[in-house]
Amino acid sequence: MLKHEQIEKNVGLLFVLTLFVVLWGGLLEIVPLFFQKSTTTPVEGVKPYTAVQLAGREVYLREGCYNCHSQMIRPFRAETERYGHYSVAGEFVYDHPFQWGSKRTGPDLHRVGGRYSDEWQRAHLMNPRDVVPESNMPAYAFLASTKAKTSVAAQIEDKMGVMRMYANMRGIPTYSDEEIKAAKADIGDMTEMDVLIAYLQGMGTALSAMK
Amino acid sequence: MSDFVSDFWNLYVIVIVLGSILACAVLLIVQGKATFTPGKTMGHVWDETLEEYNNPMPKWWSWMFVITVVFALVYLALYPGLGNFKGMLGWTSGGQHAAEVAKVDAQVKPLYDKYMAMDLKAVAADKQAMEMGKRLYLTYCMQCHGADARGAKGFPNLTDGDWQWGGEAEQIVETIANGRMGVMPPHEALGGETIKDLANYVRSLSGLPHDSVRAGKGETAYTEAGCIGCHGADGTGMQALGAPNLTDKVWLYGSSEATIIETITNGRQNKMPAWKEFLGDAKVHLLAAYVTSLGGK
Repeated sequence: MLKHEQIEKNVGLLFVLTLFVVLWGGLLEIVPLFFQKSTTTPVEGVKPYTAVQLAGREVYLREGCYNCHSQMIRPFRAETERYGHYSVAGEFVYDHPFQWGSKRTGPDLHRVGGRYSDEWQRAHLMNPRDVVPESNMPAYAFLASTKAKTSVAAQIEDKMGVMRMYANMRGIPTYSDEEIKAAKADIGDMTEMDVLIAYLQGMGTALSAMK
Repeated sequence: MSDFVSDFWNLYVIVIVLGSILACAVLLIVQGKATFTPGKTMGHVWDETLEEYNNPMPKWWSWMFVITVVFALVYLALYPGLGNFKGMLGWTSGGQHAAEVAKVDAQVKPLYDKYMAMDLKAVAADKQAMEMGKRLYLTYCMQCHGADARGAKGFPNLTDGDWQWGGEAEQIVETIANGRMGVMPPHEALGGETIKDLANYVRSLSGLPHDSVRAGKGETAYTEAGCIGCHGADGTGMQALGAPNLTDKVWLYGSSEATIIETITNGRQNKMPAWKEFLGDAKVHLLAAYVTSLGGK
């Protein structure tokens, strides 16, 4: 039997045993999720992000939108009344990393796709207070002055390649060689704001009609 | 919801969960049976005098541990947690949500049914209905039309009595339910001078200061460029197309010469989203009544 003293005086052993205790929960709570169909296969209607949306998602990540916006509608009536159908695991299979977030200074964005017109999104990003005077969201007008291909989409082919690798590991539909080759052409001269709006307008639309 | 790719993971979860609980129980029993000599120390001395007794754990603490073990077993029997076992209560988060929705729906359905059977004017005159309408409006509509319903640049003011798509009850219901798509095509091809003439003519229509020579030329261009197709020969617009009346004092995008030139040159387009599928007829009905009550009639 191990004695306290042996563990306390042997840093290596202390480290291994501590790690074991920490990992034990993960072994149970995390590992089985990789082998659960509802978390690894897309729900009907969920498709890989287009090249344009993927570039927009990159803007979302870079600007830290997740600091104020969640993408996780919880199964409570108060949330489903406002945002739409609660989020389900199979909607996030193409999200690497997912953007669930944990703080809502602004509203949840998981079903924002199609909720407002492109024009609204543009006006709102240029200066949120032009359309919602009460808003405390920062303005993102500068997104309109940078071409996506010079920043977020500079390595879009590589990014799509990585996404394809993840999808192949799970055996779910993913990009073809042609789609990856056409990525730059698809994005063309779009600004960072254009691609961000394309990303936002596609968000959560697979289940948006459901309530 | 457990839908593992193979039964192995079902067993994996069960073995780890029950094994862990069992290990805790065994540890408790072993510790409970260990003998202790009162006053005996662990054998360490720190800071010259600091020693540590090797006493049994406090009883209340051990009992709390026992309670957690029992709680875990009861919980796992009632709720999902042990692999594919659904739990005796059959609880799911989706089911809980559905029950919550059903309960509130049962409460409010009579209200919605009552208002649905009334015409919009009557609903608009009902105090409680308007209280509900206001809350719906503040949840779903204020992002574009503003909390005070006075809109913003490009997003119509609902209180001014000007209706791009018609202010009749059924037209408002139609606008909310199925949305609208407003498109003013770009007319860059007309050339800068002609566009400036047109802008001056458009300003003259609503009595705004303008260059009358340019306005005169603009009047001809107005017909020739086909503006009459949507805005009408007299400039009063056409609600079926959502083409605004150019003779009133209401400007969706702004009335300055520069803004009008921008509108004519690049065109404008915007969309009112369709809400029927998301909100359902009853809420659309209430919202339409609320909108008519805003004084825009």
